[in-house]
Parts: sequence; C-alpha cells; structure tokens
Amino acid sequence: MSRNTKTLIRICTATAVVIVALVLKYTIALNSWIELAVFAAAYLTAGYDVLWKAVTNIAHGKVFDENFLMTIATIGAFAIGEYADAAAVMILYQLGELFQRYAVGKSRKSIAALMDIRPEEATVLRNGSEVCVHPSEVAVGETIVIRAGERIPLDGTVQKGECNLDTSAITGESLPRRIKTGETVVSGCINLDGLIYVCATGTYDDSTVAKILDMVENATSQKAPAENFITKFSRYYTPVVVCLAVLVGILPPLVTGNYADWPYWSMWLQRAMMFLFVSCPCALVISVPLGFFGGIAAASKCGILVKGSNYLELLAKVKTVAFDKTGTLTKGNFAVVSVYPQQNREEVLHTAAIAEQYSNHPIAQSIMSETSADVQADVTELAGLGLIAQTENDTILCGNERLLDNHGIDCPKADGGTVVYVAKNGKFVGYIVIADEIKADAKDAIAMLHRDGCQTVLLSGDKQQTVTLVAEQLGIDQYRAQLLPQDKVDELTKLKQQSNAKLAFVGDGINDAPVLAAADVGIAMGAMGSDAAIETADVVLMQDNPTAIATAKHISKKTLNIVNENIVMSLLIKFAVLVLTLFGVLDKLAYGLGMVVAILADVGVCVVAILNAMRAMLAGKRTKRNTLR
Amino acid sequence: MKKVIAMQDLDCANCAAKMERSIAQIEGVKSCNINFMMQKMTLELADDNTETILNNVKTAVRKIEPDCRLKI
Repeated sequence: MSRNTKTLIRICTATAVVIVALVLKYTIALNSWIELAVFAAAYLTAGYDVLWKAVTNIAHGKVFDENFLMTIATIGAFAIGEYADAAAVMILYQLGELFQRYAVGKSRKSIAALMDIRPEEATVLRNGSEVCVHPSEVAVGETIVIRAGERIPLDGTVQKGECNLDTSAITGESLPRRIKTGETVVSGCINLDGLIYVCATGTYDDSTVAKILDMVENATSQKAPAENFITKFSRYYTPVVVCLAVLVGILPPLVTGNYADWPYWSMWLQRAMMFLFVSCPCALVISVPLGFFGGIAAASKCGILVKGSNYLELLAKVKTVAFDKTGTLTKGNFAVVSVYPQQNREEVLHTAAIAEQYSNHPIAQSIMSETSADVQADVTELAGLGLIAQTENDTILCGNERLLDNHGIDCPKADGGTVVYVAKNGKFVGYIVIADEIKADAKDAIAMLHRDGCQTVLLSGDKQQTVTLVAEQLGIDQYRAQLLPQDKVDELTKLKQQSNAKLAFVGDGINDAPVLAAADVGIAMGAMGSDAAIETADVVLMQDNPTAIATAKHISKKTLNIVNENIVMSLLIKFAVLVLTLFGVLDKLAYGLGMVVAILADVGVCVVAILNAMRAMLAGKRTKRNTLR
Repeated sequence: MKKVIAMQDLDCANCAAKMERSIAQIEGVKSCNINFMMQKMTLELADDNTETILNNVKTAVRKIEPDCRLKI
C-alpha cells in the first residue's frame, strides 16, 4: 500500500470517528472523559506521525517547523477543552499535506511522461542472431534492427531498408520523414512502418536522446533570477516571521501592562501561532522551480531545448531578435541558377569546381553537383571572401566581389542571389549565380515576433542586394549585409548598447558560435545531430522551422507569467493573513476556524501554486494549436 | 568524484533546499545539488572516505525529512 493510501485511510477513519462522536455528543450527552478519549483517539489516528516528527525534530535541535506548530496548536485546543477542533484541525492539516504530496507526485509523473523518449531496449544482430539488450550495451559499429512501431535506440546510419520516421519526440515536427538507406537517423524517433537495419555511430551516452534528457533534467540547476530571488527571500522570510511571531506573542501584554490578564495573553499567543503557520515558504519554494521545469519540459516536447531556467526567463524578456540568413530563414539548399557568360558555362563551372572541391559549404556543393574537378589543388580559405586554389599551373580565385577587388581584378556586376566570381591567373573568367529559397514559414515567424512586440534584425554575410531582397520579402525591420563573422559580433554588441532590452541571436550554429555566445540568448536552429550547436547555444531548436522561435518565446512568456503569478499570489495571501491576524480580524472566528484559515494560507496556497505551475506544461500545446490556426 | 543518488519520498521543496545547504557543509562534500522534480541528488565528493561522507549525508537527509530515503 502506498504512503498516500495509508494516510487517506487514517484521515477517513479519524473523520468518521469525529463525526460519530459529535453526533453522540449532541444526542446523548457524553461523559466528558469518554468524549476526551474518543476525540484524542481520532486525533492520534490522524496525526501521530506529526507528533512524533515534532519530538524528533526538537531532539535534532530544530524547533518551529510545521510539525511542532501543529502539535502546539492542537494541544492548545485540547487544553482549552475544544477537543473536536483539535481533531478537526489535525485532520485538515493531514488532508492538506496529502493533497500537496499528491499534486507533486502527479506533476512529477506528467513531466516524466512528457519526457518519455528513452528507448527501453535495442535489438542487436550478434553472430547472425537477434539479441535484445539495453541500449547502453550496444557498441559502436554494431547493427541494430528496428521494426515498425519501435523507437530508435541509438544514433546511426541506415544500412538496409527504408521507412517513414516519426521524429516528433525529438523535433516536435508532426509530419513523418521518409528515410532511405545511407541516411542518418537519430535516437528517440519512432519507426512507423517498414524494417530498417541501422549501424550505430555512437554509444548510448553520446546519443541524441541521452543528451536531450540530460540537458532537460539538469536545466533547472541553472537557476533563473526569479528562482534565486525566492531562495534568498525564503532564507530570510522564515526567521523574520518567526521573530515577529515571538514579538506579537509577548510584546502587547507587556506594553499595555496587562500582565495578569490571562485571556489577553491567550489572544495574542493565538495570533502568534497564526504567524508561525504562515512562516513556511513552501508554496514559493516549490512553485517557482516547478513552473520553470514545466515550461522547459513543454518546450522540449515542441522540439525546443532550453538549457536552463535562466535562459527561459531571459527569452521571455527578449525584445530584439537577430537572425542569421542562410540556413535559418532560408533553406540553404543552394542551386546554380545561371552562369555568366552563358556560352562558357562549362569552363566557368569547371574552374570553380577545382577551388570548391574540398569544401562542404552549401555553395560549393551546389557547384559540385553540376560538374566535377579532375585537378588536385592546394586551397586556402579566406573567411567571408572565398577561396584561393593553387594548382600546378594556375592560381584560381573563387569567391565574392571583394575577393576579386582585393586582387585588383575587374569584373561585371551581377544582381540577385549569391554570386560566385571566378578568376584564373588574375583574369576574370565568369560568375555563377546561386539562389537560395526562403523557408515556407519564415514570414509567419517574423510576423509572430512582431506581434509579440519584438524588433527583428537580419545579420548576414551575404551581398547587400540579396539581403535587402530577403529582408523586404519577410518584413524584417533592420538588416546589415556583407558582415564577416567578427563583424556580426560587433553589430550585435552595437544593437545591445542601443537598448537595455535583451537580445537573442538565431543562427544555424555552424559558423556563428561567437555570435551565439555574444547574444543574451543564443538560439541554434536545426541542430538535429549537430554537437557544436548543442554545445554553444543556450536554446536549441531541433527542427528547421523559424516559427519555433516564436513558439519558444511564447512558452517562456507563459512560464514566466505563471511563476510571477505564483510569487505574487503566495506573498499576497500570506501577507494578508499576517495583517488580518495582527488586527484581530480572525479572532472573531472560532479557534478551530482560525487555524483552518492559517492552514489554508500555508498548505492551500501551496497546492494552488503547484496546480498553477503545472499549467506551464500545457504552454506548448496551446501554442501549437494557435500556430495551426 | 561525482555521484548521482536517487531519492524517494522527497515531498517538500523547502526541505530540499535546506538539505542542499546542510549537505554542502559536510566535510568532504564539494558541492551538492538536489533536483526536486527528478528526486535526484548530485554530489561532488572528495575521493577518500566516501563511505563515511555518504553516511553523514544520509544522516543529514534524515534529520531534515525523516520520510525521505536515499537509494545508494
């Protein structure tokens, strides 16, 4: 039997006894000793553990905890003959504690369910037969068999077979992805149909799933300012309220000179007791991290990994979002659109290919897909300019206009798209126009951010014309073009100085690590499987849709609202009870009822705060629905 | 040495904060972080006397929250 069930049974038994005793008391008047015995039995059934904890805690040198307070308050009630009140207060306290435990357990379970992406087992091919093992026992290079409906246990490459893959657990993307032989798959995705054989490329500890879980579980150890405030606050709050309680209990009778007036003493002692009840900061301490945790879990469900509560809070305060262009707002799937001069197409492409053959930059790959290189070359890369290739006979320049300008080579101007200029031995050969497609939801993403009151800025290494075109199409507020990586950092610093508001930078995480680090919040996009991006960024988007930025912002705002609501609500209610007690408003209530109010101000607020914090877990769901609409 | 310990029946967030502070003061404990939601304690310990240190940690936990158990 679980602890909660046991407590519930005790509470029910005690309540039944109290009700029966009350009925008997008012129908056939009970002997006062029997009455005491019956209520004491109910009281002990409900709260013997509270009494025991109070005693052991005093033995450990800890006074003034909740158990001690409950003990004093209820024994006080017995002393003044309010037996039924004593039992009822104890029952109510236990019920409150039970609720609180239940709510915490429930939220722990929902968070666990939200993060249930851990693969349970892996089927490995060993010596020709299939063996079921724990994913951590699979070695690199082994072949894993994944059937329809199964979760991919480790990152790897498909050796054989094809299937539709549900990547939603990792990316939040609901459309399945078609996977063929030779492609890479990440752990945590589910095979919807077909049978695939995957060669493990890393161990379980290095797998995407393990990293995501580790990141999400440890995110709350990076505490947000709101949380630090609460931790600090609660350290002073309790002792201060306890001191106030002592003053309230002792000062008024002494100051007014009513030393011998026992009811007067008793009244102020009662008020002091209420103060002590409200002194527990549990509601605050629990609801803030719980809210952040819920928000982080909700975000991870949408394919947004937030590395710490502090980043979630910063993200909510972001007022300027700077974007990288290629791979972030545009697809980065460059293709050769035209070649100038048209009649020399082959020669231009071929010359460029000699320089670009070793590069895995998307531009290089689009050129290589048109032609091939047959000459070895010694290639030097000039960041933000292009490449210089040295072959046995020739020096080939391949890059932007500035590269050729720097070498004093004249060239005709081209417009639109990305242009790669090619020169051989100091002579202009031609240029290749490469265009990049804007992502389908980039415009929506910008619009959503504007609606949220954010400024948008485009920082790109691309040419002025291309950047202007993209910025105008998407409705981005400001743009800067032709920036080298270090220029981007400078621009970002300038933007930061312009306003005090927080600034986020969104990049694809490949060559903008310094910029990601310089921003208040660095957001890396489309990071499925990219370790570098996961390392440097504060927030990692597992999918390629820019709207995820708006979703992340929405979730963070919602979470911060919930956290603030909780802080304000708990403090207001506690403060209200303190003031009401001090001015004697609650004295008009019966002794038991006054205690009930105090218990509600403690445990009740706590339960409400927990329930409110759990709403943070739903933040992502609502956003998704809104986006679809 | 880093050690992650699962905890059971950790009910009160304030107690978790108190445990963190009190455990961090135990000799041989370099740092202590309790994840209330995951019910996990991450300890950084000195390399020798692990047994004694862990026993002290257990006692500290029991003093603050008698119902809470460590699964070492």
